[in-house]
Amino acid sequence: MKTFNYHSAKDVKEASKLASSNSAFLAGGMTTLPSMKLGLASYKDIIDIKRIKKISGIKVSGKTVTIGAITKHVEVANSKDVKKAIPSLAALAEGIGDPQVRNRGTIGGSIANNDPAADYPSACIALNAIIHTNNRKINADKFFTGMFETSLKSSEIIEAIEFNIPQKSSYQKLPNPASRYAIVGVYVAKHKTGINVGVTGAKSSVYNDKNLAGALSKNFSSSAIDNVKISTSGINSDIHASAEYRANMIKAFAKKAVDAC
Amino acid sequence: MASLVGSRVERKEDKRFLTGKGRYTSDINIANQTYAIFIRSPHARAKIKKIDTSKALKSSGVVDILTGEHIAKDKIGGLIAGWAIRSEDGSEMKCPANPPLAKDSVNFVGDPVAVVFAETLDEAKAAAELVKVDYKVLKAVANLSDAMNSEAIHDGIEKNLCYDWLLGDRQKVKEAFDKADKIIKLDIINNRLIPNAMEPRACVIDYNTASEEITCYTTSQNPHLSRLIMSAFGGVAPENKLRVVAPDVGGGFGSKINLYNEEIVCSWASKKIERPIKWVAERTESFLTDTHGRDHITHAELAVTNDGKFLGFKNETIANLGAYARVFGTVTPTYLFGPCATGVYIMPAAYSNVKAVYTNTAPVDAYRGAGRPEATYTIERIVDKAAMELGIDPIEIRMKNFPTEFPFKQTLVHQVDSGDYIAGLNKAKEMADYDGFAARKKESESRGKLRGIGVTSYFEACGIAPSPVVMMLGCGVGLWESAEVRFNPTGQVTVYTGSHSHGQSHQTTFAQIAADELGVPIENIDVVHGDTDKGTFGMGTYGSRSLTVGGIAIVNACKKIVNKGKKIAAKMLEENPDDVDFKNGEFVVTKSNKKKTIGEVAFASYLPGVRDEVKSPLPEGEEPGLIESSFFDPSNFSFPAGSHICEVEIDPETGRVKLDKYTAVDDFGTIVNPLIVEGQVHGGLAQGIGQALCENAQYDESGQLITASYMDYTMPRADDLPDFNLGFTCTKATTNPLGVKGCGEAGTIAATPTVMNAVINALGGKEISLPATAEKVWNACKELKKSNAKAA
Ligand SMILES: Cc1cc2nc3c(=O)[nH]c(=O)nc-3n(C[C@H](O)[C@H](O)[C@H](O)COP(=O)(O)OP(=O)(O)OC[C@H]3O[C@@H](n4cnc5c(N)ncnc54)[C@H](O)[C@@H]3O)c2cc1C
Repeated sequence: MKTFNYHSAKDVKEASKLASSNSAFLAGGMTTLPSMKLGLASYKDIIDIKRIKKISGIKVSGKTVTIGAITKHVEVANSKDVKKAIPSLAALAEGIGDPQVRNRGTIGGSIANNDPAADYPSACIALNAIIHTNNRKINADKFFTGMFETSLKSSEIIEAIEFNIPQKSSYQKLPNPASRYAIVGVYVAKHKTGINVGVTGAKSSVYNDKNLAGALSKNFSSSAIDNVKISTSGINSDIHASAEYRANMIKAFAKKAVDAC
Repeated sequence: MASLVGSRVERKEDKRFLTGKGRYTSDINIANQTYAIFIRSPHARAKIKKIDTSKALKSSGVVDILTGEHIAKDKIGGLIAGWAIRSEDGSEMKCPANPPLAKDSVNFVGDPVAVVFAETLDEAKAAAELVKVDYKVLKAVANLSDAMNSEAIHDGIEKNLCYDWLLGDRQKVKEAFDKADKIIKLDIINNRLIPNAMEPRACVIDYNTASEEITCYTTSQNPHLSRLIMSAFGGVAPENKLRVVAPDVGGGFGSKINLYNEEIVCSWASKKIERPIKWVAERTESFLTDTHGRDHITHAELAVTNDGKFLGFKNETIANLGAYARVFGTVTPTYLFGPCATGVYIMPAAYSNVKAVYTNTAPVDAYRGAGRPEATYTIERIVDKAAMELGIDPIEIRMKNFPTEFPFKQTLVHQVDSGDYIAGLNKAKEMADYDGFAARKKESESRGKLRGIGVTSYFEACGIAPSPVVMMLGCGVGLWESAEVRFNPTGQVTVYTGSHSHGQSHQTTFAQIAADELGVPIENIDVVHGDTDKGTFGMGTYGSRSLTVGGIAIVNACKKIVNKGKKIAAKMLEENPDDVDFKNGEFVVTKSNKKKTIGEVAFASYLPGVRDEVKSPLPEGEEPGLIESSFFDPSNFSFPAGSHICEVEIDPETGRVKLDKYTAVDDFGTIVNPLIVEGQVHGGLAQGIGQALCENAQYDESGQLITASYMDYTMPRADDLPDFNLGFTCTKATTNPLGVKGCGEAGTIAATPTVMNAVINALGGKEISLPATAEKVWNACKELKKSNAKAA
């Protein structure tokens, strides 16, 4: 690992001020530290945001669940409030990686990183999330812009993620057997306003599968999905799963999700 | 005193391992040490045109940078193959030179070409980035199936062929096949595995400039052998100036049998730079450079009668050696594989033909089970296929072909001294509730799932073994073990063993044996191993041989102690030695009811006299002290055996396989410590299941390892495994006084075919290759659905 300057920010303002194009925020460190150790990334400044209490914790109102950016996966998984309001979201957190990762990794880090195989981005899409940063609010469908890319600016900090509580929802994932990231993860959510099907793992970035959502809004049952065609174009292919298999798993896991709703 | 052999004694090792107090190689730091970073080839095959270290040498903290030129100039020898194998045509095997640092050419990604020594690890890494190696990249031979038709990667080794070996009789097999009702044919790819010891390899070298002694702390399964090779072949230092210590070692599974480039290079360099050196592999280096396992392509055929009797067997195998032939690399696919190819069955005729070839991949060597898992996989898969094609129950077909009398002369090499295969399979059948399978299958089907059951019966030849036999077969050394048992004057005992423990719990098992032999409480017995300066020699821990060979040396040394003790006790008791019995730690003369404890005898042996009188407890001519040593060379291999049965449930929508039930019934002869043996079985099963369901090392066409991290190389995890249902039967080994057979590899040997037989059973006999990953199984399910629809 190359040497770097370590800063522990006391508040969001200070953290934002310290940030540059050659810095990273340190939340759980579950992505940043391994990439530094492997020599894949190096930064001049590491800005620790773990001590900023204001951006931690879970709040539930009548219609939304708001989770502070540095809230750990384990906290979401174990939260009675989340389990009650959006059980599928707690279950998603419970299924991330392994206990070590869940004990350190954070929701803000996960979303900022936008790994194409990460779980939380599908929740953001399915649950019409609003990403609160230190200077604006961004709708989830405008937030994830590409592979490992978001609309965040370099000094911009996620403070919280606000999820809409759906009528029904379920997240079903085919985990990569090695890393436990999603080979395919499908988040189906039925809101008063409509249906979203957030799909992760399958393409270069998370997306809302409009075909599946369309079929489900006509008939919210797993059989409605049977006739939806999923093209392999743009679908990832690697040693763990070919594009064809992944495309089929989108359907298989969407069905599982609908059945579990 | 109750016998300790057979009881669940808690491990003496647990406290230090479970509280983080183990002392591993990387825990060792020597004052003034430098840090080594190896510069490795990023190419699978290339010529080295030039290495420019000038810029790196000026980098901060750099002590020295050494290359293949330096090591060649100092005439340091390279790595060697430990077994010489002859081809069917009588020619000797062909092995390339494997210098510790490549000088002219590199042959796999990770092949080391230079090494940087610096004051800190970061400085070493920074300097390593400045070393410029100019390569002429050549087309790599990465694919095993094409290797024999590709350009030779080593000069003079045509077709990349190390040997083309035959065991058995082609003519007899032909005759048997001519008589058969049916020939069952099977093509198998035995997938390549990466051993993944929890502790990465490491070495710490301390050269003493005054005594000129090198101490090499290293992560080895056999420090004595490492010293021998480093001295005799490497020429690093004479044996008396080279001490090799393997302290706590966090797993090896065969990958730490070998002496590696880094140990030779750092030992040599420490003397050259006159500084201690520390090197610890990063996980990526482990993936790239630890020896890998398995990697065979096999075509097998089994000749059968319509009622399921086996008439003959043959296999044609291509085995991948990787870039170089290492210590057990050449014997693993031959004498550790071929003799077990006919499995636990009466097989009137058989042959095993193996072509071992070089490729531009990491060297392949022994991995837990070494050869026997590959053999068992082949025979147990083809036996299942035969059962299916003949419409016979898989248990019935096995029972039909089991030997019933022991000793059993197995077809190709072994004389199996003892066993009862029928009892083992019957017990497994009962424990697994084999008869209840149909109902469970139905229940799964009601939920839209497929259920399959798999059976395997195996035997293995381990406890390797009689030196004259292995040396006749080409082994470069004898495979005995030795021990020294030392009483302290105050009655505690130190047992020195040449067998190394890197997870096997020798400190407990060996203490149990010695406690029983000497009648000394186990708390008072310490087992010392892993240091060439402490105690006797050993040839290493592998092939489930520590207890069956090393343990017996301890028993025999203890017996010598008791014999000497008897003579001393007789003198002390003023009785005839023939009247002295030894029981529970006491020398007893029954008729006069006199006794001395072994502690009293030990004390007297070291303090042989009394005040005011010239009187010795030692008989005339007997030396003081109570220390004995013994070398044990068994008269035969040992032959653990057993039957395993498992059930899987498959989700046809996703192809995911859930291992639902696993029953293992093993015959390890006498079991010294059931707790430890169960642990060995559990670990072995996990590895065998890993091979069946998830592990798979893959190289791309250019020879890049694409599974070089845990993000891509799938290890089995606890939640992939069911609770194991273990049972034991016991027929004692007749070739050692304890009746022990060895247990370290059995789980790995049996589990892979058991699981695959179950998966293929669930798929209605549809063959799929190892490992049964979700996508492969999903594809097979789709085809199954299609063919079922057609049939309906
Ligand atoms: C072995 C392993 C398995 C994993 N498995 C899964 C899995 O199954 N599913 C899954 O979804 N994820 C998985 N992960 C990812 C993990 O859960 C983390 O969410 C992820 O690594 C990033 O979160 P972090 O808090 O560790 O972020 P860090 O590593 O600390 O930061 C990552 C990036 O996010 C930026 N960042 C962090 N916080 C903020 C913020 N508040 N505002 C703006 N930018 C910020 C940083 O600048 C940095 O660039 C796995 C990780 C590992 C190591």
